[in-house]
Amino acid sequence: MTTAPAPVPGRPARVRGPAQDVAGLGVARAVGFLAPALLLIGAFLVFPAIWTIYIGITNYRLTGVEAVSPSIVGLANYTKALNDALFHNALWLTVLFVLGSAIVGQNILGFALAWTMRRARPAVRRTVEGLVLLAWILPSTVVAYLWIAFFDRDTGTLNSILGTQGTAWLIDYPMVCLIVFNTWRGTAFSMMLYSSALQAVPPSQLESARMVGASGWQTLRDVVFPHIRGHVLTNTLLISLWTANDFSPFLLTKGGPNHESETVPVYIYNVALQGGELGYSSAISFLLLIANLLVALLYLRLLRRRS
Amino acid sequence: MRRISRLSRLAVLGSATVLLLTGCLGSSGDGSGDQDSNRNADAKKVELTIGSNSVKGGKSSAGATFTEDVLIPKFVEAQKAKGVDVTVKFQGDGSDDEVYKQKLALSLSNKAGPDLFSLDGIWVGEFAQAGYIKPLTDTVGDAAKVNDWNGWKQIPESVQQLGSFDGKRYGVPGGTDGRVLFFNKKLFQQAGLPADWQPKSWDEITSAAQALKKLPGVTPVQINAGTAMGEATSMQGVLPLLVGTGATINSDGKWLGNTPQLRQVLDFYKTIYGSGLGDPVLQREAKGRDKSFAEFAANKIGILLESDYFWRSVVEPKEGVAKMADRDTAVGYALIPASKPGAGVKGQDFVSMSGGGATAINPNTKFPQQAWELLQFMNSAEMVKASLNGAAKITQRTDVNTEVLAGDPMLNFVATKVLPITQFRPGLAEYPKISAALQQATADVVGGKSTDAAAKSYQAAVEAAAGKDKVSSS
Repeated sequence: MTTAPAPVPGRPARVRGPAQDVAGLGVARAVGFLAPALLLIGAFLVFPAIWTIYIGITNYRLTGVEAVSPSIVGLANYTKALNDALFHNALWLTVLFVLGSAIVGQNILGFALAWTMRRARPAVRRTVEGLVLLAWILPSTVVAYLWIAFFDRDTGTLNSILGTQGTAWLIDYPMVCLIVFNTWRGTAFSMMLYSSALQAVPPSQLESARMVGASGWQTLRDVVFPHIRGHVLTNTLLISLWTANDFSPFLLTKGGPNHESETVPVYIYNVALQGGELGYSSAISFLLLIANLLVALLYLRLLRRRS
Repeated sequence: MRRISRLSRLAVLGSATVLLLTGCLGSSGDGSGDQDSNRNADAKKVELTIGSNSVKGGKSSAGATFTEDVLIPKFVEAQKAKGVDVTVKFQGDGSDDEVYKQKLALSLSNKAGPDLFSLDGIWVGEFAQAGYIKPLTDTVGDAAKVNDWNGWKQIPESVQQLGSFDGKRYGVPGGTDGRVLFFNKKLFQQAGLPADWQPKSWDEITSAAQALKKLPGVTPVQINAGTAMGEATSMQGVLPLLVGTGATINSDGKWLGNTPQLRQVLDFYKTIYGSGLGDPVLQREAKGRDKSFAEFAANKIGILLESDYFWRSVVEPKEGVAKMADRDTAVGYALIPASKPGAGVKGQDFVSMSGGGATAINPNTKFPQQAWELLQFMNSAEMVKASLNGAAKITQRTDVNTEVLAGDPMLNFVATKVLPITQFRPGLAEYPKISAALQQATADVVGGKSTDAAAKSYQAAVEAAAGKDKVSSS
């Protein structure tokens, strides 16, 4: 997103003349340099987005008459979504999923790991970091298979460990399973981000805090946190957006049983391909996009206020 | 001010783009009908692909093995004699039927996909409406060429319906099947039940299940329910039960709504899964059907409502996905009873449902004539017989059936006892949506909702899918 040196809107843009052209390229060449990037963004970002909005106002379907001759239905898909109990359910589950696994789970676990590993011996630290990273870089399908085996009712590892034979974790507690799974899966990013953020905390301040007898919690709150506030917000923004759009829950539960773990991305998939309602699912995709933008705006606003 | 004007300029630009796009969607399907059906008819080098939801060593392994090892080499050989160099590829798949359908529909909507592919009979309507498949006479071009094929005479009318829509043939059907109650004779003996068990009402199923419940670690009865299994829930669950109450899913042009018969079926589900006679968790698992197969093969399920596919491809001792070495002695089968004697559809005592698939030609194939030749070759008496490889199956061809079914008592039972009393699903484009609503209703009941609540949301879903005036209720 920072590739193109777009002209800054506001006063400086009004100043005309050669002073603007710092690099001395001239308009034609400058456009030439920008064109490849803009074309790529246009073809793979802007066009699909507009296409989605367009499909969202039609009754286009995967099969049947509406696949050949869809008609424009205006905002009917959006009013349908607002009254759709299953969409409300999906939204609520997504909020739970983001709160539980990203905002609380990955953030706290990631920070705790970064904080405790800070002083650990390099060998220990590298081993822990390696293991956590492994959870992050393994392909989703492999990970999903492992976790299904872990939670399985009949021969699952978890049941063997706890001695709770016959508990169908993915059926009885689908959301809890998904939250635990996603915390495990995504903690690496928060851990790495916080590790580097913690290096920005001046050791002298930590030392002083120790000298005046601050407790661990007080040190964290009054010395460490003010330094990494920006990092916390950035990290929370990124992981909550990733989590809200994450599709791997589908690999574990397919949204089931009976829609009990159907987060919005999974719901979109089920509506689009299982139900064949491409028009309706595009409308919901657009709503998800708007929700993402709102969350991003909120964080940016917070970030600006803090700094 | 500046900000607003920029925003509104953006909005104008956006809506202009959206308007420009109008009409781009879907219309692309119209042009393909104009293609020359004799394109590449004289080509000396031909490439064809066969797509099917079967894979060697996995789902419907025998079918995939036959296609790859027998059908393709034989066809290549026959074409070589005519001086044509044909390469035929097999594009196997081993996924759930719903997933296979999605993949196929997405490929076809982009004018891609295999030249010949198998599809379930109930998809024919919606695929035809979408233009993904065309009547064989359109694709091949010459109506006489299609209608004069001598194979049609061997395929019974009811079976031909599996590949037809609106009175036109879209594909050649590939045989049919029937549903029965399979039971484990070993468990029945332990529970003191007869080896030639034949229940005459739903109550007799429940009482047998009560007896089986006393055996430790055994699930007495499993009747497919829930959304995870997709169409399997309808075919091996709701629909056979529904015809057992005397109702059919579509009669006199109206879809079944929230009627006493529907509630009776849902109540039966409640009886089974609410009282520990069946395992409700299994019905909610993502891989529940495969698990039910494995548990039956491991002597952990007493009674299972399944199609003869279960006998041929699941517990089959050599190639099945859940092999049972002692299948012939350990697995019993009985007709599905109506809720009470005489209460079934058409006043029958026993009921069943049948389905099947068809093989269709991709309208966008490069070689329509050669694809039709392959389709005929595939459905010739010689190849259909060879596909059985000594095993028995209810094929599409009467001549082959009379020859092979005598050798397998179970399939002979289906052909002589089940097919005369069976029902087929309506070949209407709305059917898959209605079926999905039925599956949801069973999911609700098995998940703990009351029958009335489940039936009410079912009614709403059917009305949304078919239109309010096309739904019956009382």
